[in-house]
Amino acid sequence: MTIALPRRIERRPISFDLSKPTLYAFAALLCVLIVLPMSWLVYYSLVDPSGTLTLDNFRQLFSEPAFLDPLLTTFIVATGSSFFCCLVAAPMGWLVARTNLPAARTIRALVTASFVTPPFLGAIAWEFLAAPNSGLLNKLYRALTGAEQDAYLFNIYTLSGLIFVICCYTFPYVFVLIANALDRIPGELEDASSNLGARVWTTARRITIPLALPALLAGALVAFLQAMTLFGSPAILALPAGFHTMTTKIWSLFQYPPKPELAAAASLPLLILTVMLLRAQHFILGRRGYSVVGGKSGNPRLIPLGRMKWVAFAACMAVLLLPVILPYAALFNAAFSPIATTLLTPGNATLQNVRFVFFELSATSLALKNTFILGALAATFGTVLALMISYLTTRKVVAGHQALGFLATAPIAIPGIVLGVGLFLAYTRPPLVLYGTLWILLLAYLTIELPAAYQQMQSAFRAVHSELEDASRILGATRLQSLRHVTAPLLRTSVIATWCFIFVSVIRELSAAIILFTSQTKVVSVLIFDLKESGDLGAIAVLGLCMLAITFMVVILINRISGFGGNLRRVAG
Amino acid sequence: MPTNRFSRRDVLKGSTALTVGAVFAEPLRAAVPEASAITPALIEAAKKEGKLAFYTAMDLQFAQQLGKKFEAEFPGIAVRVERSGAERVFTRIGQEYSANIHAVDVVNTADQAHCIVWKRNGWLAPYLPEDVARHFDKRYYDPDGLHVTTRILVSPLGYNTNLVKKEDAPKSFKDLLDPKWAGKMVKGHPAYSGTIMNATFQIARDLGWDYLEKLAKQRVMQVQSATDTPKKISLGERAVMVDGAGYLVIRYKEQGQPVEIVYPEEGTPLATGPSAVFKAAPNPNAARLFQNWMHSRGAQQFLVDWARQYSPHAQTVEKPSVRPLKDIKLMMEDPEGVHAQAEAIKKRYAEIFKV
Repeated sequence: MTIALPRRIERRPISFDLSKPTLYAFAALLCVLIVLPMSWLVYYSLVDPSGTLTLDNFRQLFSEPAFLDPLLTTFIVATGSSFFCCLVAAPMGWLVARTNLPAARTIRALVTASFVTPPFLGAIAWEFLAAPNSGLLNKLYRALTGAEQDAYLFNIYTLSGLIFVICCYTFPYVFVLIANALDRIPGELEDASSNLGARVWTTARRITIPLALPALLAGALVAFLQAMTLFGSPAILALPAGFHTMTTKIWSLFQYPPKPELAAAASLPLLILTVMLLRAQHFILGRRGYSVVGGKSGNPRLIPLGRMKWVAFAACMAVLLLPVILPYAALFNAAFSPIATTLLTPGNATLQNVRFVFFELSATSLALKNTFILGALAATFGTVLALMISYLTTRKVVAGHQALGFLATAPIAIPGIVLGVGLFLAYTRPPLVLYGTLWILLLAYLTIELPAAYQQMQSAFRAVHSELEDASRILGATRLQSLRHVTAPLLRTSVIATWCFIFVSVIRELSAAIILFTSQTKVVSVLIFDLKESGDLGAIAVLGLCMLAITFMVVILINRISGFGGNLRRVAG
Repeated sequence: MPTNRFSRRDVLKGSTALTVGAVFAEPLRAAVPEASAITPALIEAAKKEGKLAFYTAMDLQFAQQLGKKFEAEFPGIAVRVERSGAERVFTRIGQEYSANIHAVDVVNTADQAHCIVWKRNGWLAPYLPEDVARHFDKRYYDPDGLHVTTRILVSPLGYNTNLVKKEDAPKSFKDLLDPKWAGKMVKGHPAYSGTIMNATFQIARDLGWDYLEKLAKQRVMQVQSATDTPKKISLGERAVMVDGAGYLVIRYKEQGQPVEIVYPEEGTPLATGPSAVFKAAPNPNAARLFQNWMHSRGAQQFLVDWARQYSPHAQTVEKPSVRPLKDIKLMMEDPEGVHAQAEAIKKRYAEIFKV
C-alpha cells in the first residue's frame, strides 16, 4: 500500500494522503487481533454447550469448591508474591540506584538474567534444589546435620514454595520500576533537604521515599498481576503440591471432554481484575506524577555506605543466588549427571542427556525450528507494527491516533492464558481456521508483545524531534523519504533492541502456547512442559540450558546496542 | 454453536449408540479384514511418504528407541514421536480432529476406552498385521481389525530400597493406609495417564472409593504420568509409589537403581495398550508399515528386552528374572466401564485429591 506513494506525490494536484487509510487499516488489524478473541470469550462464557444463553457457567464458577478453591489460592499467591517482591526489590533498587554499592552493574545484569529466565524453567530448577527428599539443598542439609532420611529444610511443593518461586522471577519487574524511578529523582531535591539541615534519614523519609512511592505501588500491582496470571510455575509445582490456581484450572478444563464454556467463564475474572488493577495503577500514578522529570537536573547523589557497602553487596548477591545462580547450577548439574539430583562429579559426568535431546528425541528439531520461526516472525512483524503505530501516534499524523495508541496498549490487560483461550475459541471455526498452524501462535505472540514493543518504539520516536523530519520535508522530501533517510537511521538501535526484546519474550512464553499448540506446531517451552509430565528431567535441563544460551546471546546483543534496563522498564510499566 | 468439537452431549450420544450397537453388533459385524504382510510394494510406498507421526503414551526413551529401530530397518522413513500421557494424547487427537487437523498416523495409548471412542467416530482404519492374526490371542485385537494391543501394562506398587527395608515394604494396597507412609508416597493422575485411569477405575471398583478417600488423607504427592512415579522413587523423592508403570521399575532395577516392585495382594491393576492406524493418516502407507512392524516378532521382542513390558505376541520370550503375567494376580480390565465412567472418575478423583 505504500510503495506507490513517492511517485504519486510528485504530481501534486491529485496527491492523496495515505495516512488516514493506513490508520484505519491498523485500527482494523488491532481490532481483529484483540476484539475478536475477547468477544468469543465473552460469548462462550454466557452459553451452555448447546449454545443457549445461560449464567450457569458463572454459577458453577462461584459456587463449586473445584473453582472457588483455586480462586482463593490464586488470590493468596498473588498477594503474597506481590508483598515479598516489594519487600526484596525495593531496598535492592534503592541500593543499586542511590548508593555507592560495589558492582552495581553486575547486580543489574543478574536481575536481567532472572527477568529473562522462563518461570517454568525456574520452577523445575527449584524442584531439583528444594524437593523435600531429592532436592540438592535438602540433601546438603541432611549431610551437614546428620538429620534423618526424611527430614528436610525446604519443601518446594507447598503454597509458600510456589510463592517463593514466583517471587524469584517476578521481583525484577518491581526492582526495575523502583531503580528507574530513583534514578530519575534529581539530586537537587535531596541536596536542598540536607542544606536545610535534615539528616540522611529525614531526607529519605520526607523526600526520597514519597517520590519513589508511586513506583513502588506500580511495582506491587505489576507483581500482583504477574503472579495472578502466571501459568508456568504453578503448572510445575501446584499439582505435586495438591492444589490448583486459576490458570492451571483453566488449562485442565481443556482435558477431554473439553469444556470451553467453563474455561471462558473462568478466564473472565482474571481479565476483569487485570483491567481494574491497571486502571487503579493509572489513577494512582496519574495523581502522583510529581514533575521531577522535567528539565535537566543533576545526577542523583550517591549515598556513601561506608563499610556497610560490603554487607549490602553480600545481601544483594544472597538474594540473587535464589533466582539465578543456584537454579542455573542445578540445571547444569541435572544436564550432565546420570540422575537429575545426583551431585555431578568428574567421575559420573555423562553426555547421555545431550545425546538424547539432540540425536534421539525426534521432537527437538521441530520444536526448535518452530520456536525460531515464531520468534523471528513475531519480532519482525511486532517491531514493524509498533514502529508504524508509534509514528502515527507520536507525530499525530491524523485525528484519531489516540484510539490507535489505546488499542496497541490494550493487550497488556489480557493474561496470556486468557488470550490463548480467546484465540482458540476464535480461530478453530470457519471462516478463519488458524488452529493447527503457526499463524495462531504468531497472532498470540504479536498480541502479547505489542504493548511493550509499542511503548519502546513510542519513546524512541519521542526522542527524535520532529523538526529533523520537518527540515527534510521542507527540502522537498516526501514523508516516506524523510522517514527513510532521517528518522530510520536515528531509530535503528531502538528498532533492533525492540526486535531482540520480542524474540526473547517469545522464546519463554508458555501460557498461551500451551492452549494453542498442536503436535506439528509445538514450541520448545511446550516440549519442556511435556517432558516434565513424564519426569524426563535430564532432557529438560539440556533443553532449558539451550533456551537460556539463546536468550543470553540475544540479551548480550541488545546490551551491546543499548541499555537493556531501559527496555525492561517500559515493559514492566 | 460450533459443531467442530466434542461436547459432553456427543459423548452421551455415543454411549447410547454404543449400547444400541452392542445389541445388533453380532449380525452387523464386518468380516475380519485379511491379514496383511509387509510387502515390497508397501515399503516402497512408505518410503515415498518418507515420514510418519507416532502419537504414544509409552515411556519417551523407549518410544524413541522404537522409532530409531524402525528407521534403521526402513531407512528413509523418519518417525516423529509425539509423547504425552494417554489421556492427553486422547485430548490432543480429539482437539486436532475436531479442528480438521489430521496429523496423527499411528497411535499407541494405554487406555482401551480410547479405541471405543475412535472406533465409534469412524476414525480408525482396519488393518490387521500378519503376525497379529497368527500369534496374538483374539482378545488382543479388535474383531474388525481396527486396533491391536501392542503392550500389556501392570500398575504395581514400588519402593526405594535405600529408604525402605524389604521387610517393611508395603505388601498390599491396604498397607498403604498405615500412618507410617503418610507423606511418603507418590501417585499418578487419571486425567493425564491412561494406565492410572484404568488403575483408578479398578481400585475404585474392587476396593471402593472410600479406599481412595483414605489414601488421599495420607498426603500423597501427585504427579501426572504413570512413567513419572518410578522416576520419583528412583530419585528418592518419595519412598513408595502407589501406581505407575511397572516396566520402568523393572528396568531401573536392572540398571542398578535402588527400586523394587511389589505386586499388591489385592491384585495388580492392568491396562493393555492398543495401537491403531488412523483412516485419515497423512502417511497411510508408512503408518501401516509401522503398525505391522511394531507387532512383528522382532519389535515385540525388543519391547520385552528393552522396555521390559509384557508382549501379547505368543513367540516372545521373557527373561526368567521377571514374574510372568500369568503368575501375577491381576485386577480385571474393563474398557467399557472406563469408557462410561472416565469423566465421573476424573471429577471424583479431583474432589478427593484436590487436584
